Amino acid sequence: MTNTRVPDVRPPRTVAATAPAVGGDRPSARDRGTRLLAALFLTPTIVGIVVFTVVPIVGSVVLSFFHWNVIDSPRWAGAANYREVFTDSTVLVSFRNTLVFMVLAVALQLLIALTLALAVNGRMPVWLRSVFRSAFFFPLVLSAASISVVMKYLFNQDFGVVNWALGLIGIAPVPWLTSENSAMAAVILVYVWQQFGFSFLLFVGGLNNIPKEIHEAASLDGATGLRKHLHVTLPLLSPTLLVATVVGVINALQVFEQPYVLTDGGPGDSTRTVVMVIYESAFEQLRFGEASAVGVLLFVLIMVVTALQFRLSRRFVHYQ
Amino acid sequence: MSRARYSLAPWARIAGLAACALLTLGPVIWTVSTSLRTPAESFDLPPKIIPTHPTVESYRGVFDQIDVWLLALNSTLVTALIAVGQMITAGLAGYAFARLDFRFKKPLFGLVLATMMVPLQVTIVPVFLVLKSMSLTDTLLGLIIPAFPTAFGTFLMRQYFLGMPKDLGEAAMLDGAGPWRTFRSVYAPLATPGLAIVGVLAFNYHWNEFFRPLILETSGQNYTLPLGLVSLQGNLGTGSISVVLAGVVLSMIPAVAVFLVGQRPLREGITSAGVNR
Repeated sequence: MTNTRVPDVRPPRTVAATAPAVGGDRPSARDRGTRLLAALFLTPTIVGIVVFTVVPIVGSVVLSFFHWNVIDSPRWAGAANYREVFTDSTVLVSFRNTLVFMVLAVALQLLIALTLALAVNGRMPVWLRSVFRSAFFFPLVLSAASISVVMKYLFNQDFGVVNWALGLIGIAPVPWLTSENSAMAAVILVYVWQQFGFSFLLFVGGLNNIPKEIHEAASLDGATGLRKHLHVTLPLLSPTLLVATVVGVINALQVFEQPYVLTDGGPGDSTRTVVMVIYESAFEQLRFGEASAVGVLLFVLIMVVTALQFRLSRRFVHYQ
Repeated sequence: MSRARYSLAPWARIAGLAACALLTLGPVIWTVSTSLRTPAESFDLPPKIIPTHPTVESYRGVFDQIDVWLLALNSTLVTALIAVGQMITAGLAGYAFARLDFRFKKPLFGLVLATMMVPLQVTIVPVFLVLKSMSLTDTLLGLIIPAFPTAFGTFLMRQYFLGMPKDLGEAAMLDGAGPWRTFRSVYAPLATPGLAIVGVLAFNYHWNEFFRPLILETSGQNYTLPLGLVSLQGNLGTGSISVVLAGVVLSMIPAVAVFLVGQRPLREGITSAGVNR
């Protein structure tokens, strides 16, 4: 559609229509006013973005080729920082942890959010629906840091409510935060508990955008229950699913507060994430060059994963 | 009707939802109730939701251990100024991108959209250095100024202005209003609900912000509430759990207030994040 040329059907320009441009290329007073206003309106945003995002991105890339501790003058490092990243076991583990975290947290978050959104979308009194919607959305307004402080008590092995509740159904106490095997699980649960409301809201919005008639038509054709969801609802929801996945993945790759407060990256390095490594090497060990190299790699990872998702999505996403 | 075969009976679906809602709110309810119990009862299992001897002793404890007023003042100042700043910058830039004609409009808008993809953590080291060169590290201003431009807010306001009828502005122009007058008296007043979304989103995000304050604020007098809380937890043994939880409850109050008042704008902001991107 876009590459077929549409014949020009506009009426031929009359003298009146071009009147403001008479007098060569000189813009009229109003045009100049508009441009001035645009420049004025855009300055704060553009200057801010250049100073605090564009320059820092370039800065990160440049810094990643230097050794620097802020006190002494920077020393050229060549690819040494990157070489170190690929050999430092803590950094490598942090990338692995972050990827594992991303896959599990996003999958769990989407599954819970989708199930609840479909359930909330079913028939029920209006007030009840808004109670449920508010409840699932509520954790989003709380601070991840202070929620993690609370969760530290709830996941305590000996006196935590989580193990007590598991005890009720006969499950032995789990050393949630103190064992390498379960610490990541606790971090994921805390993160998902706080974040699923985001995807939930996206899904509720997406479901509301699906015209009722389509479901009615599907019912008339004999589609019911799960089949209707699989073959009718999900394809129609697929653009929203894509957005929820992309945003979920970008957020998950930047996880910091939960592992920082809950486990401080431990036990061992089992919950250390990439952002924790950036924080520690820059602001605790004053290794700004190494931290920048890790940051650049994280950025590349995010871009690659996002591009991959859009590519894959071409097969699964249906636009109405 | 085929609805009868719709996987679950309605009551089962609603009961399941209620259980999930309880699970979601459980940790918050537990926090509030434990903060009202005596320290000796904090670890009672099963957790008593209604305290047998309710006491606000823990809240007094919070005020003794950390300077709550200072932290709250810092948090309020930072959050309010960022929210107002973002409403102004996003409102102006959004209008320019939606309704004004100028050169380089497309590439500039592309730049704004692209920065939505850049994670804060990737730029934090140079941002720290930029702020250091301006002597703004360990100041509240250093938290505030970099947060003024908002790519998402700009995008949201552009969509918002694009949704307004063009005829209004054209009518004003015909009546002799210049570009500024057209903005000021026709479009700006209509933008209030959109600006509210930007403001509420900014409030929610920056009130709870942890990563930037952790890096930028080194002396206690510049701490914001989340920083103070985590340090409160670090300084004390497990015995004072109810004091820590009282601190958490105190810091939640404004966020909950904004949730109650600004629920609709918040939800719209989040939903449009998905619908428009």
